[in-house]
Amino acid sequence: MTLAQQVLSGDRLALTRLLTQVENDSPEGRAALADLFPHTGRAQLIGVTGAPGTGKSSLVNQLALHVRKTQNKRVAIVAVDPSSPFTGGAVLGDRVRMRDLSGDSGVFIRSMASRGSLGGLAQATATLTQVFDAAGYDLILIETVGAGQSEVDVARLAHTTIVVEAPGLGDDIQAIKAGILEIADILVVNKADRPGVENTEKALRSTLELAHPTGRVYRHHGQYVPVAASVSLSDNDEGGDSSLKQSTQSDTSLWIPPILRTISTDGTGIAEVVEAIERHVAHLRQSGDWTARERARLESELEALIEAALMSRFREDVSTEKYDEVLERVLSRKLSPSEAVKLLTNGTRV
Amino acid sequence: MADKKTRPEQWRKIRVLVAKPGLDGHDRGAKVVARALRDAGMEVIYTGLRQTPEMIAEAALQEDVDVVGLSILSGAHMALAPRIMELLKANGQTDVKVFIGGIVPDEDIPRLKEVGITGVYGPGASTEDIVKDIRAAVSNG
Repeated sequence: MTLAQQVLSGDRLALTRLLTQVENDSPEGRAALADLFPHTGRAQLIGVTGAPGTGKSSLVNQLALHVRKTQNKRVAIVAVDPSSPFTGGAVLGDRVRMRDLSGDSGVFIRSMASRGSLGGLAQATATLTQVFDAAGYDLILIETVGAGQSEVDVARLAHTTIVVEAPGLGDDIQAIKAGILEIADILVVNKADRPGVENTEKALRSTLELAHPTGRVYRHHGQYVPVAASVSLSDNDEGGDSSLKQSTQSDTSLWIPPILRTISTDGTGIAEVVEAIERHVAHLRQSGDWTARERARLESELEALIEAALMSRFREDVSTEKYDEVLERVLSRKLSPSEAVKLLTNGTRV
Repeated sequence: MADKKTRPEQWRKIRVLVAKPGLDGHDRGAKVVARALRDAGMEVIYTGLRQTPEMIAEAALQEDVDVVGLSILSGAHMALAPRIMELLKANGQTDVKVFIGGIVPDEDIPRLKEVGITGVYGPGASTEDIVKDIRAAVSNG
């Protein structure tokens, strides 16, 4: 049996070894991925991101526990932590928060180091999720640190992205990072038993909402979506008209990211998050967004692979000596970078 | 030329599981080693305290580690080590190298080596030695 066939037959040793091959981008890994690709497309991908200290790992732990208890779905967790850019090493400690999941054969937790790559991180994570998808995991949770563009790229990988905040972490400043918040399909204020939770919620809401003279406008995924002034944007309004919210979301193709409170250490609010994920998936399918996101996902993967292939070809065609010589000329200001590129790519079949 | 493989982050990684089996709660040594291994360019999966042998073997499998480092200061090494070796083997992870750091009397070391433990380190062992030994053990396959 090939490695791919072993993975499809449920061999966990083969699965873990293939994950390593794929992470290292080995020829064996690539061959297996090609064999497994027809078996992908079933799994639901959920991204969980947010600043350090917000309790993401505990939240992921609780989400997985809840899904395992209430649904018969197999869960894979990819937990990404940063590598040291100087030593190349990493301490991957997310498993510490996920002890409750040990002993459950329907759960697979894999820790990944970012390995210094920026756009490449999303690519590596994408291939790992493809392996889990083909191996039959129904739900794949991807946890990353929301510190920059690479995490936004990883979030594009997921069908549903959860951004986690917590009170007392310089909220107003965090909330200003609109780029991260805009990718959120669901916002979670974790550690909701801490003081300041209302302020955190307010800061989040004000970053997302734009006041507009004739109505309110909601920013989501780079689009400005008008919302009727009468529609409640808060899931936490006790007396709120939830039926209005529900019907608004299925009548129009409008998704309003709910802001939910959780205490991940004791499971408070987790059932509501899982329910919000389900509503989001239903919305994606109804609105046709699911297919659009799949398309965007695969398109960015294709582009990343094309870029890597072209770069490899360039390195094969241009000698290190020539490259270094041109670099020296740029360094001594005899040549500008764009002229250098013309020189280096001239005559190279790209 | 800046080939991606010349940057430290892109070199082949040695993945090490650092775990504290049993009930002993002193983890400073384990954390010191974890950081030293990270500084040596390895990827350390740190699982923390109160790990059962089953949890350790399960983590070793899911993370496809090259090395398992056990921190044992409770004296329970003679019970824990064989059990963990047994579970690793049962999962098919026969190539994983297992090291023990902590409080282990000299007279127990031969028996531990017999059950397959690659190295034992007492208090005062240098992290440079541990790093060197791990690299040697992994490259010798």
